Amino acid sequence: MEEFNILEHNFVPKHSVLNKKEIADLLKQFNISIRQLPRIFANDPVVKALNAEKGAVLKIVRKSKSAKEAIFYRVVVDA
Amino acid sequence: MAEISKKIDTITFGLLSSDDVKRLSHVKVVTPELYDKEGYPVDGGLMDTRMGVIDPGLTCRTCGEKLKDCSGHFGYIELARPIIHVKYIRVILDLLRSTCKDCGRILLDDVKINSHKEYLDSLDKKDILSRRKRTKLIRDSLKNIRKCPHCKEKQYTIKIEKPTIFTENDKRITPIEIKARLEKIQGVDIELLGFNNEHSNPSSTILTLLFIPPVTMRPSITLESGERSEDDLTHKLGDIVRINQRLFENINAGAPEVIVEDLWDLLQYHITTYYDNTISDVPPARHRSGQPLKTLTERIKSKEGRFRYNLAGKRVNFAARTVVSPDPEIEFNEVGIPKQVAMDLTVPERINQWNMERLKKFIERGPKTYPGSNYVVRPDGKKKKITDETKEQLLEELQPGFIIERHLMDGDVAIFNRQPSLHKMSIMCHKIRVIAGRSFRLNPAVCHPYNADFDGDEMNLHIPQTEEARAEAETLMQVQTQLISPKHGLNVIGCVEDSVSGNYLLSKQIVLEKDEAIHLLMSIGMEDSSKFKKLKAQVTGKEIFSVLLPKTLNFVSKNRADEEVVIKDGELIKGNLDSNIIGEEGGTLIRKLHKDYGDEKTLSILSMIFKLGIKALELYGFSIGIKDIDLEEIIVEKIRQVMNDTNREVKNLISKYHDNELETMPSKTIEETLELMILQLLNRVRNRVGELIADNANPNNPTIIMANAGAKGNILNLGMMSALVGQQALRGKRIEKGYDKRTLALFKQGELSPKSKGFIETPFREGLDPMEFFFGAMTGRDSLMDTALRTPKSGYLYRRLSNALQDLKIEYDYTVRDANKTVIQFKYGEDGIDVAKSEKGTINIRNLIREVTGK
Repeated sequence: MEEFNILEHNFVPKHSVLNKKEIADLLKQFNISIRQLPRIFANDPVVKALNAEKGAVLKIVRKSKSAKEAIFYRVVVDA
Repeated sequence: MAEISKKIDTITFGLLSSDDVKRLSHVKVVTPELYDKEGYPVDGGLMDTRMGVIDPGLTCRTCGEKLKDCSGHFGYIELARPIIHVKYIRVILDLLRSTCKDCGRILLDDVKINSHKEYLDSLDKKDILSRRKRTKLIRDSLKNIRKCPHCKEKQYTIKIEKPTIFTENDKRITPIEIKARLEKIQGVDIELLGFNNEHSNPSSTILTLLFIPPVTMRPSITLESGERSEDDLTHKLGDIVRINQRLFENINAGAPEVIVEDLWDLLQYHITTYYDNTISDVPPARHRSGQPLKTLTERIKSKEGRFRYNLAGKRVNFAARTVVSPDPEIEFNEVGIPKQVAMDLTVPERINQWNMERLKKFIERGPKTYPGSNYVVRPDGKKKKITDETKEQLLEELQPGFIIERHLMDGDVAIFNRQPSLHKMSIMCHKIRVIAGRSFRLNPAVCHPYNADFDGDEMNLHIPQTEEARAEAETLMQVQTQLISPKHGLNVIGCVEDSVSGNYLLSKQIVLEKDEAIHLLMSIGMEDSSKFKKLKAQVTGKEIFSVLLPKTLNFVSKNRADEEVVIKDGELIKGNLDSNIIGEEGGTLIRKLHKDYGDEKTLSILSMIFKLGIKALELYGFSIGIKDIDLEEIIVEKIRQVMNDTNREVKNLISKYHDNELETMPSKTIEETLELMILQLLNRVRNRVGELIADNANPNNPTIIMANAGAKGNILNLGMMSALVGQQALRGKRIEKGYDKRTLALFKQGELSPKSKGFIETPFREGLDPMEFFFGAMTGRDSLMDTALRTPKSGYLYRRLSNALQDLKIEYDYTVRDANKTVIQFKYGEDGIDVAKSEKGTINIRNLIREVTGK
């Protein structure tokens, strides 16, 4: 079967990995530690597709009924 | 009690060893006697004052504190022989089976021990689940090992016999033997068996010392006769101490082993029932009266146990419960209570020099004449009941500072509630109104927030007893503060039923003489006569309605018929009022009033609108009779034609099916295709009939009025009454066979006609024939079952959901976070809108612009 990139699938919202500076800014913006972010397992297909390491933070732009677009951040943790 | 300020960091659960018991105890109990001749607790008895005190006069000998300040201390009994703890029999069995009877090693070879050990060591300390899983696996794998891999000793099967007897090869193993074996288990083995080496030694599952709870945990009560009655636990412990002593004596006297063993078993029985008196195969220990004792497990467990009964379930005084009935004459924020209730529930009022004379009258009237009083509380806290005998004396010693508990009167504050309390609107504050009768009265408009009806519903009433509680209830819980629901930002209280119909008719067609109009307005409590001057000799309903509105109100909205309803400067200019404008859950006018004028004003206007509707309907003379559901001959003819056409089409389909000419729909069988097509045809009949009736309806027909106003019913309901009832469906299909290949025995087998599959061609007005009635009963029963089964399920689902979400909170930065301040959502609802201040979760920009620009 042909390999396909799940990130391009219509039902998968846009995921991107934040860099160090962006993470620091994010944590500062909400005044939280990295442990207080919502989590995502390292064995999640999206994390594998992005090659994200443990401790990386993903920015997810989802479609939202109420706000058109909603931004979420999730930190990669061990399964 | 002294201030304790300690923060709990961790809690460790483990087994209590003999050393622990001794360390935690302050008394060794040696005698079953409780009190000496003078009635003082005996030293070394079960009520020893070193274990705490329950008499107000005594001091605890351990901490020196009195009753209120000493929470009690533990003691212990030294058991003559080891006893098995019933709650650990499964654990003990597992331990015995998975270890060698001789050398005490775990029945695993060294290789396996190492691999398991490695796995367990690799686990996170907090990952108790995986640890448990693995140790369970180990224990289960060792059940049938026949030979010890370490000392090569042969192993036998160990079984449990009845409650607490272990046998090996059908020979009994005594608790002494068991204890010896468990003590042999050492080191790594303990850990592999699922025990924590530090604070749980396997041998602690066999008791040598019995831990005794403090006296304060099992207080005795003094009966009216002056006799003492001990707690169930004390009774049980007394039995244990007595038997234990006899066992000691017999052993020391060198009695025959049979006698000792009998006593030992008896002690085992007593200790077993001390922990749990509901074990099967163990006869429960009983009082002399024959009722079973409530011992440790029963104290905690199930509905009547500590958790659900005492901790989760709280009981209160100053509460009443009875049936509710409607009363549209009382205000929304009032509740009618029977005089009987008003004379039982009281409000405390403190006497001062200004109210003394007034309050004296309440005492004079006493508890038996209505606005009287039941108790007087003196400043020293003594509570005196008011009776004919004490009345005189109480009046004499009365002075400022005394509190009298007087009967409820109109205007007092009450909290009213109906279960299930799923809402914050399920418990609201009302003002008391004392009425005749034996039921609580509430305005039908507040049924909706409580989800109450009057088919036998009961509701609860509570009377706040302090100024703080009353103030809180009045400012936060009164009905007017709850007009807008936080779940969608719409009004939960509005006009219902007759009031909607009345306002609809009023705004649509009623015209009154001036004096009639003023009479109508006065009757609903419109006392501001300044607006009456404007009224002309002939007054339209819209003008009457406008009298209630504030002069500054500007409002535009759409009603159910999709017409514009316009209010300009407090005058209703255009449009008919219906449930979209003044109803509950989305009455746009009420939402607007609340936004512009606030709680109080909205409530008073709404209350008048509500009453206006009812009075207007009375004036109009609204009623319904059989002739109102008669149809004109032309329409009857048209309906007959629709029916004939449909019947013919169905027949066609059926014959096509029999001739195998039917085209099968994708992924369906031919039978399914036929069924689907017939059902489509038959369902179309209902809609066609609805259209026919709607198109030819007389707008003055009462059913049509109610349907158009949104008060009750719809065109389809009218169709069922006057034209035909239509297809009865079970699980989205026509009624299927109840007998062999047919629904009823009077049909042919395999019959597919509409009639035989639950299509009802007659209207309710004409009555149904037996088959039709039966099909109607089938669907009726089905939906009844459905609701009866679904309510508890969805109730439980909702409970779980609300428990899961209960401590989520919106922080000031609009994030939703849980109790650990972990982010759940980065912006509440993703758009950050406060739903309670919105309309259905959105903000109506058009209205905002209109307000600002005035266009």
